Amino acid sequence: MVEDEPQRLARRKANLRRRAFIYEYIRDFFKERDFLEVDTPIRSPAIAPEEFITPFESEDWFLAASPELYMKRLLAAGYEKIFQFSHSFRKGERGRWHNPEFTMLEWYRTGADYSQIISEIEDLITAIAGRLGFKNNKIEYQHQAIDLKKPWPRMTVRDAFLKAAAWDPVAEPDSLRFDTEFVTKVLPAFTPERPTVLIDYPASMASLARLKPGNPLVAERAEVFIGGLELANAYSELTDVKEQEQRFREAIEEIQKERGQTMPMPQKFLQALLRLPECGGVALGIDRLVMLFCNADSIDDVMAFTEEEA
Amino acid sequence: MEIEDVKKNTKIIVDGVLYNIEEVDFTKPGKGRSIYRLRLKNMRDGGVVDRTYRSGERVDEARLDTEDEQYLYREGDNYIFMDTRTFEQHSVPEKLLGIKKNFLKEGMEVVMLMHGDEPIDVNLPITIDLKVIETEVSTKTATITPQMKSSVVETGFRVDTPSFIKMGDVIKIDTRTGTYIERVSTGK
Repeated sequence: MVEDEPQRLARRKANLRRRAFIYEYIRDFFKERDFLEVDTPIRSPAIAPEEFITPFESEDWFLAASPELYMKRLLAAGYEKIFQFSHSFRKGERGRWHNPEFTMLEWYRTGADYSQIISEIEDLITAIAGRLGFKNNKIEYQHQAIDLKKPWPRMTVRDAFLKAAAWDPVAEPDSLRFDTEFVTKVLPAFTPERPTVLIDYPASMASLARLKPGNPLVAERAEVFIGGLELANAYSELTDVKEQEQRFREAIEEIQKERGQTMPMPQKFLQALLRLPECGGVALGIDRLVMLFCNADSIDDVMAFTEEEA
Repeated sequence: MEIEDVKKNTKIIVDGVLYNIEEVDFTKPGKGRSIYRLRLKNMRDGGVVDRTYRSGERVDEARLDTEDEQYLYREGDNYIFMDTRTFEQHSVPEKLLGIKKNFLKEGMEVVMLMHGDEPIDVNLPITIDLKVIETEVSTKTATITPQMKSSVVETGFRVDTPSFIKMGDVIKIDTRTGTYIERVSTGK
């Protein structure tokens, strides 16, 4: 039987209330650390071209798939610690963990690398757990007890794949195989009772992260997983404008070839990159964080209106 | 069709075999491709398999047609139907019908789901009226509860009915569950 709207929204109310508390705790956390909350455009003439992220078009512009480029333009202008909640849009992404419109929390700080950002993610998530009343960093998600005690185990992408799929994606890069085996082999092999931080992605999957000084085969990129949920993606940000422009150009060509979509080069961002200091940043999926703390099985249970209900 | 467009209950052909999609599990690692893990049910033998697809891949959607057909007769383990428009006959194996075989009356009209020339499913009306041909007079033996007793309808199907049901009565049965709903008329 189809549930009607008042019933559905009544059922979700406890989760939506908790969601509001989580927003409040996040703002408190960053205020205490002297971060500035910013608000950048959702609709833009140019966004970061990414091979596997399809943006929605809006007139001749695009809806944000992430606020990343604007936030780095702020950093380049001298803003040192900034955070933002941003509605983000990605076409075709719908499932238990996805809705095409979702909420991203991003934060950046100058003078930091991905390792410090990972520590800050640990601080934030354990702080939220504490304020929500979870004792001793212990939560339960989908019948799995999880211990959030810091520090979280970090594992290189190479080791994770060698262990679960007997293959080294750094030595033998193959992004097609990477995506499939990640979902079918690597993710299911994570220790379920602890968060997992995957670090050092193959250089070809660097996106907007810098390559590791001393080991250009990998990028300083990290992904955080808790309870099987992919929660956050952190970088030591790439500040080399030539390298960034080259990566964008390759992505633009690939998108044109694969999807027939013409993506403009984000010129204003590239100009700002000339002034961007060393910095680290992260994008964290708020809906999934709320799922984790509400013990919700589906993203539908933590948003008021999904794509189908809009 | 594009893998992006598949939904639960889409029918697809994989390696020449017709499957119903029972579940679609969408994941997308990091900045990577969309991964679709499908749970597929073989529509001929009911076997279940899991298959993984990546964005950009295509699947072969099964073209299904519906035909108005009439049930004619049973022949061993097969049930023979006739397309009321072309008069073409189709043989449907017993295992495809499941519980529905108990509610087929000669001459009855059904909607047949077809994949090419192959019958996939038979859709019956949700309820059907059938005549009771055998029932116990006494309510003291072989009854489920004091108010219910076992009766046999004209198709040979045994159903629990209230004790007031008599031979010759016509009763309404739910074809999805095989349960008694009500008495339609009393026999003479």
